[in-house]
Amino acid sequence: MTYIPHTDKDRQEMLAVVGVDGLDDLYEAIPENVRFPDLNLPDPISEMEVTQELQALSEANLEVFHTSCFLGAGAYNHFIPSVVDHTLRRNEFYTAYTPYQPEISQGTLQAIFEYQSLMVQLTGMDVSNASHYDGATALAEAVILALNHHRGKRNKIVISPAIHPHYRQVVRTYTQGMGLTIAGDEKYETEPKDLVKMLDEDTALVAVQYPDFFGNITDLSALGEAAHASGALFCVVVNPLALGMLVPPGDFGADIVVGDGQPLGISLSYGGPTVGIFTTKDKYVRKMAGRLVGETVDNRGQRGYVLTLTPREQHIRRDKATSNICTNQGLMALASAVYLSVMGKQGLRKVAELCYHKAHYTAERIDALKGFTLWNTHPFFHEFVVKCPRPVAEINERLLEWDILGGYDLGQEYPDLKDHMLIAVTEVIAKAEIDDLVAALEEVSND
Amino acid sequence: MTEPLIYDLSSPGRKGVSLPAVDVPETALPEGLVRKELPLPEVAENDVVRHFMRLSQLNYSVDTGFYPLGSCTMKYNPKVNEDMARLPGFALTHPLQDPDTAQGNLALMYALQDWLMEIGGFAAVSLQPAAGAHGELTGILIIRAYHQDRGDKERKKILIPDSAHGTNPASTTMSGMDVIEIPSDARGNIDLDELKKHCDERVAGLMLTNPNTLGLFEENVQEVIGLVHGCGGLIYGDGANMNALLGVVRPGDLGIDVLHYNLHKTFSTPHGGGGPGSGPVGVAEKLVDFLPDPVVGIVDEGDEDKPPLYGFITPVKSIGRVKAFHGHFGVILRAYTYMRMLGKSGLRAVSDYAVLNANYLLAKLRDTYKVPFDRICMHEFVAEGQWDDAPDIHALDIAKRLMDYGFHPPTNYFPLIVPEALMIEPTETESKESLDAFIEAMLAIAKEAREDPDILKSAPHKTLFGRMDEVKAARQLVLCCRPLYLDKPDNK
Repeated sequence: MTYIPHTDKDRQEMLAVVGVDGLDDLYEAIPENVRFPDLNLPDPISEMEVTQELQALSEANLEVFHTSCFLGAGAYNHFIPSVVDHTLRRNEFYTAYTPYQPEISQGTLQAIFEYQSLMVQLTGMDVSNASHYDGATALAEAVILALNHHRGKRNKIVISPAIHPHYRQVVRTYTQGMGLTIAGDEKYETEPKDLVKMLDEDTALVAVQYPDFFGNITDLSALGEAAHASGALFCVVVNPLALGMLVPPGDFGADIVVGDGQPLGISLSYGGPTVGIFTTKDKYVRKMAGRLVGETVDNRGQRGYVLTLTPREQHIRRDKATSNICTNQGLMALASAVYLSVMGKQGLRKVAELCYHKAHYTAERIDALKGFTLWNTHPFFHEFVVKCPRPVAEINERLLEWDILGGYDLGQEYPDLKDHMLIAVTEVIAKAEIDDLVAALEEVSND
Repeated sequence: MTEPLIYDLSSPGRKGVSLPAVDVPETALPEGLVRKELPLPEVAENDVVRHFMRLSQLNYSVDTGFYPLGSCTMKYNPKVNEDMARLPGFALTHPLQDPDTAQGNLALMYALQDWLMEIGGFAAVSLQPAAGAHGELTGILIIRAYHQDRGDKERKKILIPDSAHGTNPASTTMSGMDVIEIPSDARGNIDLDELKKHCDERVAGLMLTNPNTLGLFEENVQEVIGLVHGCGGLIYGDGANMNALLGVVRPGDLGIDVLHYNLHKTFSTPHGGGGPGSGPVGVAEKLVDFLPDPVVGIVDEGDEDKPPLYGFITPVKSIGRVKAFHGHFGVILRAYTYMRMLGKSGLRAVSDYAVLNANYLLAKLRDTYKVPFDRICMHEFVAEGQWDDAPDIHALDIAKRLMDYGFHPPTNYFPLIVPEALMIEPTETESKESLDAFIEAMLAIAKEAREDPDILKSAPHKTLFGRMDEVKAARQLVLCCRPLYLDKPDNK
């Protein structure tokens, strides 16, 4: 039996100790009419066969190594140094549980403490939790923090339409039972300065994305000031990799910074698992959901780490907890910590600048093509929008013939942006691939 | 044995990675938007490798030894799962690429949905929730949406047994419903008389963990479900304990309407030091339309020459998205590998041997450790870590002393309804030899508790770290490389 070590002799001896005749006798508490259903499941196969089957299944997919990937929209194809996966493959990390026993979990605990420290430095905030499921759920938790902060007296949030559509959908899902008004994202063209006008004494939180979903980078300090003037919390959704280059939100008044850590050393893996970043100011630490690792000493005088402020959490507070979150994304947080460590101060800046320069070169080349227009009017980071002469889906289908994975069709989530393609360019794209994309787009628009 | 922090290893100007030169004309950086300081460490690759290697060595893990942590199902994590998840054809796929170009991923997700439906006895499954608690929130939102859709808007009570995991009440509160706690009876089952008092037209549902957190199959399960259904409520099943039920009983057949699975418990995906998990949700026919958006379906049946075409489908009354993209695909893939290999007979054997191992431990320990609800258990059981003749000893001391014997302690102080609880779950992947070694340690500790209690009170002794000062950690918060001043004027 696969992964079950018992011999026949073991089983007989153990059944005798338990005092039953056979394995079936262990289940007498289960109603007989529903006991032992005949399941329609496949028969077992060997490890060798399963690898063959899965290899074949994996080859039915198009993947980004054998194509030039210009698709981003919240998941990015970045270079991952080998040391990241070598660390994730350490059995002591990936086969451990939540570090509830600190004496024998210092590896996980210190790694999370370092992750927290790195996130604080990257975002320019005071504290970070041990992570959420992803960027979308981290944003939902930010909304809940703001509602708790205002003790139910403010029941409106203002969110920018240029926040990832999935993130906004998740916020709506999470809050559907809370009687909340969500405003701001009705029209795609609403800019941060327009959001200012929507703030009032009922607004608990205003949230924007930086760079925004369309790639734009704008100065958000005026929005932050307006938020504080109205008493609302100011939340910024970031691409953490862009913070290798950009002014961190802590410098322009953010109360909460959330984002998805996927760009920091986590493989695309069809969108998950990733890690949800959540950092905030000192004064909100007790309202922040999720696990937290803190420094202390052991009874031998050694520095050590523990899960701390647990009285906020569900296993103690139960129905009065700030969130139901139980787990974090331990291994993915570790990946980000290793990535940021090995990239370091110079490496992360360089990756961010490579993305920036390549994206601008690409945008300029495409904008020069007949029929294509660069849509962004603000500076952008590594993603930008082009208006296309044909439906994006048609263009993308043709690009596949060139082994190019085209950009995101914005018309899917923004009906007014039909025929607009969101193009991402990361450091892994070489100039020759950009030139190929330009040539392909030219050909596609001519036929 | 303290390992320096990665920041302590930093030296200005040191690099850890080589990167290519810019091969396109450069563009001026945006004025006023570029940061001046980037306070990240500056370390060599070798420093990074040694640092995290040394940290890893400070962890206990399933691959180090026996990990009988109750309610967590710390079974062996097969290595082939890890390799499959890293196949480039899976690991390098983009979540927003055209589904037509990701048919391998979709076929796999469709099959896993199908197998989970079959095992749970449900009409549909969503793979989107990221963890068990996330699945719970999803399930409660589905129950809420179902009642709302029927115009039954006053149903806001969720009944939760007092033995339930803390996430149950927390998920309920998050979804805007009210928690009503139901006590357990003398045999560890839900108290039927108490339950009856609360069954009325305001009940939205009941959250049932079965086997419950005492490791016992609810003997009155059919009466409980009948009572709740009778007053118009739905049953939410917490599938944390599915490891006892594979091929033994289907929650859907018992009348459970919605249930979350934990792929990281039952289906062998690693716990990763606390995530990522995966908490798929299965539902009965009447709830199919409310599942989170999207689910994987067949959009074109195909024929003899053409395989079916899979795609994403939005359920018509969906509660919405609970996560960006399509769930934890990398975790889903590991669970698929496991289920495909074990197949029908292998999955049934999982439960058989998980239950046998738990009952073997129970039989060997019940004379030494008090077991408050003592009957044939399922995949785990709860003992008390206290004795009248060793008044100073607590469950915590036993837990810490077990580390000296080379074991990870059981879950302690949960469930809350047992004093000084020690919740023991061996899983099916442990041999009789490893169980016997654990029994021997437990018996030795019980003896030490009477003869030399100090050795327990001051344990662990043989680990690299001793007991931590948790009060200090909470009072003088240091949550990153600098202290936090909660009493600073602007932090009030």
